[in-house]
Amino acid sequence: MTPTDAPNITARARGAVAAAPVGILPTIEMRDVRRVAGPLLVVEGADNLAFGDVVTVVTDDGSERDGQVLEVDRTRAVVQVLGGTEGMGQANVAVRARFRAAVTGVGTDVLGRVLDGAGRPRDGRPDPTAEAYRPVNGLPLNPVARIHPDQFIETGFSAIDGLNTLVRGQKLPVFTAAGLPAAEVAARIATQARVPGETDEVVVVFAAMGVTRREADFFRDQFTASASGHRNVLLLNLADDPTIERLLTPRVALTLAEYLAFEKHLHVLTILTDVTAYCEALREIAAAREEMPGRRGYPGYMYTDLASLFERAGRVHGSTGSLTQLSLLTMPDGDITHPVPDLTGYITEGQVVLSRDMAGRGIDPPFDVLPSLSRLMNAGVGVGRTRADHRGLADQLYACYARGVEVRRLVSIVGESGLTAEDRRYLAFARRFEEEFVGQGEARRTITQTLDLGWELLGDFEPDELGRVGAEHIARHHRPTATTATAARSQS
Amino acid sequence: MSPTSTTATTATTPAGGAPDLDRAEVGTVVRVSGPVLEVAGLHAARLYDVVRVGAQSLPGEVIRLDGGVATVQVFEDTSGLRAGDPVVGTGAPLTIELGPGLLGTVFDGTQRPLAALGAEHGIYIPRGADQPGLDRGRTWDFVPSVAVGDRVEAGDELGTVQETAALRHRVLVPPDIRGVVEHVRSGPRRVDEVVARVAGHDVQMLQRWPIRRPRPVRGQQPLSRPLLTGQRVLDGLFPIALGGAGIIPGGFGTGKTVLEQAIAKHAEADVVVYVGCGERGNELTEVLEEFPQLADPRTGRPLMERTVLVANTSNMPVAAREASVYLGITMAEYYRDQGLHAVLLADSTSRWGEALREVSGRLGEIPAEDGYPAYLATRLAAFYERAGLVDSLGSTPRQGSVTVVGAVSPAGGDFSEPVTQNSLRVAGCFWALDASLARARHFPSINWTRSYTTYRLGEWFDEHVAEDWSRLSAWAVRTLQEEGSLLEVVSLLGVEAVAAPQRVTLRVGRMLREDYLQQNSFDPLDASCPPRKQVAMLRLVKAAEAAMTAAVESGRPVADVVAHPVLRTIAGARGWPADETLERHLEEAAATVRAALTTAPTTKEELR
Ligand SMILES: Nc1ncnc2c1ncn2[C@@H]1O[C@H](COP(=O)(O)OP(=O)(O)O)[C@@H](O)[C@H]1O
Ligand SMILES: [Mg+2]
Repeated sequence: MTPTDAPNITARARGAVAAAPVGILPTIEMRDVRRVAGPLLVVEGADNLAFGDVVTVVTDDGSERDGQVLEVDRTRAVVQVLGGTEGMGQANVAVRARFRAAVTGVGTDVLGRVLDGAGRPRDGRPDPTAEAYRPVNGLPLNPVARIHPDQFIETGFSAIDGLNTLVRGQKLPVFTAAGLPAAEVAARIATQARVPGETDEVVVVFAAMGVTRREADFFRDQFTASASGHRNVLLLNLADDPTIERLLTPRVALTLAEYLAFEKHLHVLTILTDVTAYCEALREIAAAREEMPGRRGYPGYMYTDLASLFERAGRVHGSTGSLTQLSLLTMPDGDITHPVPDLTGYITEGQVVLSRDMAGRGIDPPFDVLPSLSRLMNAGVGVGRTRADHRGLADQLYACYARGVEVRRLVSIVGESGLTAEDRRYLAFARRFEEEFVGQGEARRTITQTLDLGWELLGDFEPDELGRVGAEHIARHHRPTATTATAARSQS
Repeated sequence: MSPTSTTATTATTPAGGAPDLDRAEVGTVVRVSGPVLEVAGLHAARLYDVVRVGAQSLPGEVIRLDGGVATVQVFEDTSGLRAGDPVVGTGAPLTIELGPGLLGTVFDGTQRPLAALGAEHGIYIPRGADQPGLDRGRTWDFVPSVAVGDRVEAGDELGTVQETAALRHRVLVPPDIRGVVEHVRSGPRRVDEVVARVAGHDVQMLQRWPIRRPRPVRGQQPLSRPLLTGQRVLDGLFPIALGGAGIIPGGFGTGKTVLEQAIAKHAEADVVVYVGCGERGNELTEVLEEFPQLADPRTGRPLMERTVLVANTSNMPVAAREASVYLGITMAEYYRDQGLHAVLLADSTSRWGEALREVSGRLGEIPAEDGYPAYLATRLAAFYERAGLVDSLGSTPRQGSVTVVGAVSPAGGDFSEPVTQNSLRVAGCFWALDASLARARHFPSINWTRSYTTYRLGEWFDEHVAEDWSRLSAWAVRTLQEEGSLLEVVSLLGVEAVAAPQRVTLRVGRMLREDYLQQNSFDPLDASCPPRKQVAMLRLVKAAEAAMTAAVESGRPVADVVAHPVLRTIAGARGWPADETLERHLEEAAATVRAALTTAPTTKEELR
């Protein structure tokens, strides 16, 4: 394709960097390639290229790959080749200037489609109609234009709804470890989440980065083959697709999502998976550029890079839509201090953690509630949203559970003999809490069911032990289970 | 220049940072790498001069000069820039506008007012948008304090305007001007209109100042008064001095932002400058939505009226992060010079440090620890040194202060990293947040064994709050430490291994942790706790300790004493109103505890 035919392609979104009817550059071909390394190519005589420009890299056999300028240095440009540099040499390639910025076509026509990691059709159907073109990097949202998210989303999971409440416009990732059912949890949230009292449908923009074919099939089943499939869009960058395209995938997805949420007033749920695969791609490119590696080889700007993705969520004045982000992140070796979960946790509005320890004890789904957190919970719970007792109840469940876990740790050292009656009650509570409250299995619970179950578990405690909940809530909801109290007493 | 120097000007650089037109020139871009450019042809440029790049006139700053090539960091996204683009050297460092109208405003890192940008450009912040810091459309009623013929010094009050209902804003003689007042005008004026002429210089309400240079003062005062924050664990255990500096290091989710915001809401300050540096947009939106609804604890006016916000969120250009902290502290100093007490809150200083690291990496500088440049320590020190309790310039000096509290976000929550360690050296308070406390929802999650304050403020508290303040505070710290060691024994040998008096200590330690140190920022009654109430709460815990000890000595089994339900009522003290009923509440609560513990147990329930 030559740049001049670009204006005629408004009906075709040939992918993120390809179809841009704006910022077209004059056709100049540069052949003086000085270096090919990893996904990078250094071309001389590139005076007309600017930082961020989109180019086409053409090999002598006629194949074309997209690329983007990472650096300009006097007459030289460093080009990052989407699709990789395999088969390229100094003598057999030419670089053609294309567009001034990477843009993607956006529109409601993408709904129901399966695209590749750069936004090109992957379902054998024609290009979706582009209603407009937007730069994939986006622009920072003005904090003044944001509306602080406060609308409760009922996911059906007690560990989330009750303790780490998700609200519309929040960015809340799921931290998982290899082999845990994070994809299932995400799919369940995507399909069964609702805002009580509302019938607005949720649009899912799903971006898979570096997933296996099997995972891709699972997601395809969940998001496009289902009854709600016509409302969702899937972007699939598979594990054997070019690494470099992985950097583009979330950006194309979020550009689509922003358009649908803020201009088309839809409630959009964006699921990015797997953030760790994305970060590995980032590291690979940084290494190819011979940049100074930071912690564990990841580049020093990874925080900023991730923020440029995660901050693209929220609600804004002037739109009734919202953009909620629920990303999946596999903690390498289950380590939450690894740079990927660490930096993510610093940016997102909390995290829901799945742990192998819980799974090992048969808790399904294996939510680990102590390290989980929803930073926007306070805004989304209480009178008029969930229930007046919600915040206090959640704090109380946390306090009792934390103490129960602490007692369990003691038991593992000194055994049960040294325990006081009080200790025993906390220990018993922790077990019931995990098995009944967290380990809900396949059931979907309403928020009322979740809160009521929380109170039922607290029945093992006396009212004056429940310092986190107000007296009025205790009077209303607390039903001491006399048997447990008596049992505890008779042991002492 | 040292902060105590009284002469603000050097011959070549105007103090107000006005452009030096002789040094204006045009160069060309030779290299673009992310936010960093190399520029040829800027021969007269000096370090930290502002430049304007390309057709969109993107602002940037010279950060290195080397053999005819100037390295520039650009405060905006550099996409579309190429070799050959023009770069205009302005001959001036990055300056900001100071004057009435800062309060209640939210700026980005280079002082563009975000509300004005939003009104013009919609929900996104476009590149190259330009907006002056102070609103030119607004007028202020200027009331002169001087008359024609008066002789004035730099720092003297020329007049005042009522900036907010509670704050009278002093318009001062700029630091580089002194002499006779030749002209002065009263009445409604815009900030860029002349209100007076002093020794041939026109003076406006709007004054400019380069953000990297500390504003001059007459002298520093010793730090002997606290900045009251309403946070029990801070004021009670690790208080910060008015004019002091403190850091809050903590992993993600440990409560840095909530604590910074609690200080912003409840601190006894005249002006609060809150800098969101490289953090979440929603956190600033929250402040913007919430502060106008909350009352200033000192004036009862909407809290937003004493607040200036600086928002350089994590997705905004990296180079502007550094500018944002300097912008914040310069505005705080400006109010300090008017004789006010300002607090600068920076969340998070680590993002600034990382911006330095990123730019340094692009410059190819030899990294020191963890990739940070070797000058990280000096930069951090110079920043925290701008805190202080000072005598202002002027013939009748005023006392004002800037207190700085910086959040630190260590990678992996490990405090041995360079930003924490280098900040630690210059800050007087170390409020270490603890992930395990946060996980158990003990908030604020300040670890009482790791944290410390180097300010000696006990005398002030003893004199102004309660004569037993220092003793109570020392007792609390000691008890918590003893509890900590005892808990280790218990975890190895079980609670039976601990003697009766130590079991009392264990119970008192738990009361201190659960009932005193924990403070819920989201509970309207508990969010702020004035010193008088703090004392009452500590006295109650102490009274409970005495009652428990007495009960044990009178032969009551220690297991019954420490498990007595009456001890659970102590948490109720958090709900006490902080008024004249405090004493009565304390007496009643203490009496109840004593009575319950001295009478023989009557019910089975009590024994449990
Ligand atoms: N003083 C407090 N009272 C109640 N909850 C708190 C308090 N401090 C922190 N939290 C809880 O911890 C969460 C994370 O706190 P935040 O300040 O955002 O952490 P950080 O800035 O360190 O990442 C908050 O959303 C809130 O739920
Ligand atoms: Mg924070």
